[in-house]
Amino acid sequence: MIEVRNLSKSFDNKQVLKDISAVFENGKTNLIIGRSGSGKTVLMKSIIGLHRVDAGEILYDGRDLTKMRFRDIKELRKEVGMLFQGSALFDSLTVFENVMFPLEMFSSMTKKEMVERAEFCINRVNLTEAKDKYPSEISGGMQKRAAIARSIALNPKYLFCDEPNSGLDPQTSLVIDQLIKEITQEFDITTIINTHDMNSVMGIGDNIIFIHEGQKEWQGSKDEIFDCQNQNLNDFVFASDLYKKIKKAHNNNP
Amino acid sequence: MQWLKTIGQYFILIKTVFTKPDRWKMFFRQLPKEMENLGVNSLGIVIIISIFIGAIMTIQTKLNTENPLLPRYSTGLVTRDTLLLEFSSTIMCLILAGKVGSNIASEIGTMRITEQIDALEIMGVNSANYLILPKIVAFVLLMPFLVIFSMGVGLLGGYMVAEFSDVITVTDYVYGIQYAFIPYYVTYAIVKSLVFAFIITSVAAFYGYYAYGGALEVGKASTKAVVNSSVLILLFNLILTNLMLV
Repeated sequence: MIEVRNLSKSFDNKQVLKDISAVFENGKTNLIIGRSGSGKTVLMKSIIGLHRVDAGEILYDGRDLTKMRFRDIKELRKEVGMLFQGSALFDSLTVFENVMFPLEMFSSMTKKEMVERAEFCINRVNLTEAKDKYPSEISGGMQKRAAIARSIALNPKYLFCDEPNSGLDPQTSLVIDQLIKEITQEFDITTIINTHDMNSVMGIGDNIIFIHEGQKEWQGSKDEIFDCQNQNLNDFVFASDLYKKIKKAHNNNP
Repeated sequence: MQWLKTIGQYFILIKTVFTKPDRWKMFFRQLPKEMENLGVNSLGIVIIISIFIGAIMTIQTKLNTENPLLPRYSTGLVTRDTLLLEFSSTIMCLILAGKVGSNIASEIGTMRITEQIDALEIMGVNSANYLILPKIVAFVLLMPFLVIFSMGVGLLGGYMVAEFSDVITVTDYVYGIQYAFIPYYVTYAIVKSLVFAFIITSVAAFYGYYAYGGALEVGKASTKAVVNSSVLILLFNLILTNLMLV
């Protein structure tokens, strides 16, 4: 579980995060949603430790990241997996070598155990047939799946996903969302997903945090979002005609 | 004061690079790859340029020193000393700054803008150490061999002029390149090449590592890497020549 308490962050006297408190539970897909420029990426990067916050606490199962030294943060990061927007696979390595990389760098496994673990992760994301291909030789969806395999190689306790569906077609997005949800539940990971994909919100939003102009305006689940009275959230989530109709239908048949 | 900030940033990066690798096994796996990529793959350009410059230098020296007072071996001697003292160490390094420097800056720059470096950092890897140290070590280790190789090929270029043209006789040329040989010149060239190899790799890696934005910034980083490492090579050439020869 990750808990943030009274988090504030400014850049050049502009306050980007304003006193945010939230709990991200393990075994659940925790979504941070908000418009572009709302501060959701800064919030995620602050939680990971890429930004030093001005005030507040970031507790990883009780361990406060803001009070850690660089060496301790480095150690903590071995428990963290991250799925980047552009996958961030290493171009010069095959899918298999990409998944092997964190194992070879940090695990104390034997070579055989590493290969078994890498193959397990690749099988888990259904990429066995592409394991010897380079990132440039596979599709965007396959790259995302390979990145998921790499991020779970070291059995992380915490998984961060930065806009995992960016650049993917709706069908592939659903596959990726489902995969993240399954992995989260299967390995009891605390997963935090930064997204503005409404399909993800409706599909895997176990715990949703809505950020507006640097403030947390709403927190709840995908089932509660239809009954939410927050105007900013409604403007954001139900922006398209399709979602407006869905909300109308829901309100007419609660 | 931007230049002061840049110098500070450079030394902070160098301090991060020269730390103990997270895993020596990974370092020693990267090292031969970088040796091949930066050193062995540069052999082609070293051969072509050295052989032509050696040949041209022999012709030019002979044509511009047509004087009965000068001994006939002077052409070979001048060609050899020019190759040893300046061409194979300095000019060759300037050329390699273009090839190797742009390669390193664009590779690391692209890794930066595609979040591959962030991915390493999130994993807890010292990305600067993992990416840059093998490149510096590989190129510094191979550079003396490239320089000595360039000297040999350059002399061969001159020999081919003597063998296949009437500009100079083979006897005069071979006598000239052996006459009054000072082994210290080779030491001087190797010391210079080690310093230049460090400059090329570290400066290029620096500009690549701090490239932010998109393809345009990677291109700019690559250009800055080549220009600034070339200027530094010329500056350190002057310093080292003063220290070692004057």
